[in-house]
Amino acid sequence: MNFLNAILIGFKEVWAHKFRSLLTMQGIILGVASLVAMAAVVAGMENGMKETMIATGGADKVLLQQQPVPAYQEHRADEAPGRTMVDVQALRKSAPLIRLVSPEMAFQEYVTITHGDKMVNPSECVGVWPAVLDMNLHTLEHGRFFNELDEENANSVCVIGTGIRDELFGNPEKTGQEIVPIGELININGQPFTIVGMFTHYESEQERKERELAKSKPAEKRAGPVRKRGWGGRGGWAFYSKNYTIYIPLNTMWLKFRSATGTNSIPDPRLTDIDMKVASLDLLEPALQQVRNVLLLTHKGIEDFSFQTQENQIENINTQIHKARLSGGIIAGISLLVGGIGIMNIMLASINERIREIGICKAVGATGSAIFLQILVEAVVIAVVGALLGLFASYNVVELVTIMAPSQNAPVIKPEVMVIAMLFSAGVGIIAGLFPAFKAAKLDPIQALRRD
Amino acid sequence: MSLVELRNVSKIYHLGGEEIRALDNVSLDIESGEFISIIGPSGSGKSTLMHILGCLDSPTSGTIKLDGTMIQGASPRELARIRNRKIGFVFQFFNLLPKLNVLQNVELPMVYSGVSARERHERAVAALKMVDLENRSKHRPSQLSGGQQQRVAIARALVNSPKIIFADEPTGNLDTNTGEAILQLFCKLSREGSTVILVTHDPEIAAVTPRRIEIRDGKIAEKVDARLAGLDRVARTF
Repeated sequence: MNFLNAILIGFKEVWAHKFRSLLTMQGIILGVASLVAMAAVVAGMENGMKETMIATGGADKVLLQQQPVPAYQEHRADEAPGRTMVDVQALRKSAPLIRLVSPEMAFQEYVTITHGDKMVNPSECVGVWPAVLDMNLHTLEHGRFFNELDEENANSVCVIGTGIRDELFGNPEKTGQEIVPIGELININGQPFTIVGMFTHYESEQERKERELAKSKPAEKRAGPVRKRGWGGRGGWAFYSKNYTIYIPLNTMWLKFRSATGTNSIPDPRLTDIDMKVASLDLLEPALQQVRNVLLLTHKGIEDFSFQTQENQIENINTQIHKARLSGGIIAGISLLVGGIGIMNIMLASINERIREIGICKAVGATGSAIFLQILVEAVVIAVVGALLGLFASYNVVELVTIMAPSQNAPVIKPEVMVIAMLFSAGVGIIAGLFPAFKAAKLDPIQALRRD
Repeated sequence: MSLVELRNVSKIYHLGGEEIRALDNVSLDIESGEFISIIGPSGSGKSTLMHILGCLDSPTSGTIKLDGTMIQGASPRELARIRNRKIGFVFQFFNLLPKLNVLQNVELPMVYSGVSARERHERAVAALKMVDLENRSKHRPSQLSGGQQQRVAIARALVNSPKIIFADEPTGNLDTNTGEAILQLFCKLSREGSTVILVTHDPEIAAVTPRRIEIRDGKIAEKVDARLAGLDRVARTF
């Protein structure tokens, strides 16, 4: 009795009772389908979260945040300097574990950008150093970024994201052509600025696919005036806000907008943000120590700052993914377990029904182990065929999930999950088949032959 | 040396605290090539004797030697091997597997002895030829008449060239004419040199065999029909 033969007979047995086998398999089918679909949805989620994290600056980014003066130093609260260019210069000189420092100075009022009769409110309009490119992982597609000369002379130049262009000059999807408004004048809170550069269009993988799909399908004709459907536009918030960014030189910001607009028109030299990148993620702890030491010097010992790292975000992503995996896995596991119990039940019924056949096989010389192998293989065949059907079903389940709960993150069906699901099902089949197979192998041939 | 040697074999069942001696101190020799019937009323122990001779069961005490091997202490695995290689069974209810076709049914014992697929097919076809059923090889057992089914069962019993063929009431489920044909088939097998043991309750059927072993209450009362035995021997010399 070789193995191949046993598999062949197993398939025959399954085929002989098609409907019953299908019913037996349903637990495995549902289990595998839900396992694969769950893993696909979680993988989609994970991709989305990672994309978002990279869009917001990557894992090695550290934010230096302002914090109220601690209680034991409250008597010195009016001496607290806040985050200023002094800190930036000190960090660049004395904190070698920090590879990049990017100061940001934002408007203290609402920002409105106009061009002709168009207007837009950017998500971010700040004065920066060129270091911001590396800091926030920007890619300049058209024109140039501002240089030291612009900084030195406080030139009225700006670099914009595509979202600003879309609003002020026209969306390429609507106008049908890519407008590059380099050299155009726009007004930032009433002050004229020349556009010298434009970033690339940021979008998630999912958005890119949707856009390409939309391109291949002509838009439906709509009656009535041109209108936007919904606010905000496409995409996740991270990509959206990145596209609606506008940068001007830090010095320009200081001289044109900030030097006379502090409290009671007293110049306010405080920065809105100091972003840093550590030389290496492994050295995050010592790097933060180093920054703290430097800043305690420049801040006269007042600890009015704190750090926010992307570490927390990575941790959050990992715990969320872990939780989603666990809950989905438990549900799929229970389903597979129930499927296994179903298989065992049917196998027990089946050997009871075939007790005479087993007796005949034993009479003509089948050993106990041959019968054992036969029943076990049959259970595994049911489980594996069920798992295959489950893999097919999983595609439909994923479709269903995307229809029922459309999200930014398309589910990703992973082949390794499929393999795991198959192996797990085969294991369930083996475990479910063990007891019935043992029972069949132990049958006394005389007793078995006497049964009708 | 005899093909089968039974020495002081007993089989004792315990049913509800009561001891039942299905076989009581039986000794028996069977020579190679013999045609024997085991007869007795139901409950006499003839089935138990056949089961023990056929290695389906082990005796409570006593020794059995089959083809030179002692088998009373054999494990179920060894018994299965002996059944597979040395013994062929024909049953009253044919006992063919309904899901397999005729050819596959005949191939079944060879599947368990690990014969290659090609050889299995050849030998199964040859065995079916012996019982004149080679043109029915693709049919299911349910599509055959009782007599044909029994002939398939005989082909299955023959296919591994066993030392002994046991037939347990082979005609019990057939009408007289078909039963007669099946008996003739056994006679033919015997003439061709097979050792055949018929188990029956019917003295008329037992009458075709030269040697008859009668069992009553687990004990042997043997009768040999000298005339038939002589005829048998004469027939074989030709």
